[in-house]
Amino acid sequence: MADTATTSPVVQSHAKNETEKDLFILHQLVTKDFKLKYRRSVLGVAWSVLNPLLMMIVMAVVFSTMFAAARGGDIPNYPLYLILGNITFSFMSESTTAAMHSIIDAAPLLKKVKVHRFVFPVQKALFALVNFAFSLVAVALVMLWFRIVPTWHIIWLPVCLVLLVMFCMGLGLLLSALSVFFRDVMHLWSVVITAWTYFTPIFWSINFIDQMHPALQVLMRANPMYNYLAFMRDIFLYQTSPSLQTLLACAVWAVIALALGYAVFHKNEHKFILFI
Amino acid sequence: MTAVASSAADMTSAASTMADSLSEDTTNDLAIEVKDVTMIFNMASEQLNSLKEYFIKLVRHELFFTEFRALKHISFNVRRGEVVGLVGTNGSGKSTMLKIIAGVLEASEGECIVRGNIAPLIELGAGFDLELTARENIYLNGALLGYTKAFIDEHFQEIIDFAELPDFVDMPMKNFSSGMVARIAFAIATITEPDILIVDETLSVGDVFFQEKCEKRIQHFIQSGNVTVLFVSHSIEQVERICQRAIWIEKGDLRMDGPVKEVCEAYRAQFA
Repeated sequence: MADTATTSPVVQSHAKNETEKDLFILHQLVTKDFKLKYRRSVLGVAWSVLNPLLMMIVMAVVFSTMFAAARGGDIPNYPLYLILGNITFSFMSESTTAAMHSIIDAAPLLKKVKVHRFVFPVQKALFALVNFAFSLVAVALVMLWFRIVPTWHIIWLPVCLVLLVMFCMGLGLLLSALSVFFRDVMHLWSVVITAWTYFTPIFWSINFIDQMHPALQVLMRANPMYNYLAFMRDIFLYQTSPSLQTLLACAVWAVIALALGYAVFHKNEHKFILFI
Repeated sequence: MTAVASSAADMTSAASTMADSLSEDTTNDLAIEVKDVTMIFNMASEQLNSLKEYFIKLVRHELFFTEFRALKHISFNVRRGEVVGLVGTNGSGKSTMLKIIAGVLEASEGECIVRGNIAPLIELGAGFDLELTARENIYLNGALLGYTKAFIDEHFQEIIDFAELPDFVDMPMKNFSSGMVARIAFAIATITEPDILIVDETLSVGDVFFQEKCEKRIQHFIQSGNVTVLFVSHSIEQVERICQRAIWIEKGDLRMDGPVKEVCEAYRAQFA
């Protein structure tokens, strides 16, 4: 299965190496998810732009009227603040939730064909990235609406995305491996995501943290999503380079998540087939 | 997992298995080497699927497993171009053996070396997403089998023609009958000459005409002499018709390995 170069016929039928094969599989799987997501919807891919916009409008209305106090202070350009927080957080929540199910969903396949198992959770992070690209169109529209001219600081965006993708991939690998052995993880994770949503300053001001207990403050600022959100808002909303602290925290979390996720996944992947 | 390591030991074992004298490079001539493979399943007394159950059992030291040996020290070699039938009663370890060869299951002990790409025809269409159209599935399945995009582009029409479903290319496969799904799956898996073809009861799908077409294509592979075929069937007649050699696995033990006639006769004798 591995090295077929020596025996392959004249026409190159099979991928030259495992990497080429994996890349083609990843490409096909992302395309598949993309097609399935918008199949039979009239607006199709426009939903990827519309969805974050509509969410932003709903939340902006709710937290400017009914729950205005929950914001914990005045936030300039609140809609932009909201949409940046929302899309970054849903990148994480969507990709990890999808990755968590990916191995179990691929069970019929994994039982029959030899494929690198990591492609399934990894693919979900890449698919989330495609969606994120569309969400950025929504961000551009909001910035246009509020006449905010982007500055050169957005060249930091690739750095932020690489780190965020690493973090989500790692988490996805970890969750997909755990859920194979304990299906409970699936039920638990939705609760964790909900809790995480509230503990991350998506709709409330980060100044709110200053009023908290010191120990809690440390915890809140160590929160990986706090840092990824801060990164995004720095470059789009506050138009500065991210602080060294933010950058470091993002990088450290990305490395930790990926290393842990990969280690757990790799150590257990050969046992998956016995449990799926 | 499929690292190719040649050693003196392989050479001798290969030479002893088959009497073929033309052995310029005996190790490379072997498509599949199964070396002392043992497969142990830990069968938990009950299935533990939740964390709570797991920890309760762990704390109480009740995590007992009963060992089940699906395969016990199995060794055999298959030369390139050989057509080998695997026989044995239900639950005797044939499928486990195939899974180990296909690379989806890792042997507990011993190793299995496979040289070349495998076209698994074990339960056709495992990689299909029935929401997608036939066209999309051909690309998806092709990718999973390790084909290149250019190759699928080039042979797309051929696949459709073989499956005889030109009018349904852009229809979601959930609307297909199981026979139609099997046709597409067989066409993709066999569009190129694989190095190793694993056929597991797949010839029983589709209508009679398509079954004949499939068998013809497999025969064509066999005659080419380059394709190693592993054939599993409960129809002992089919094994006798197609294979040259047969391996009989019974309750995890390698009972017999030899020319198809002898093995099949012995296999039949046990029921007599």
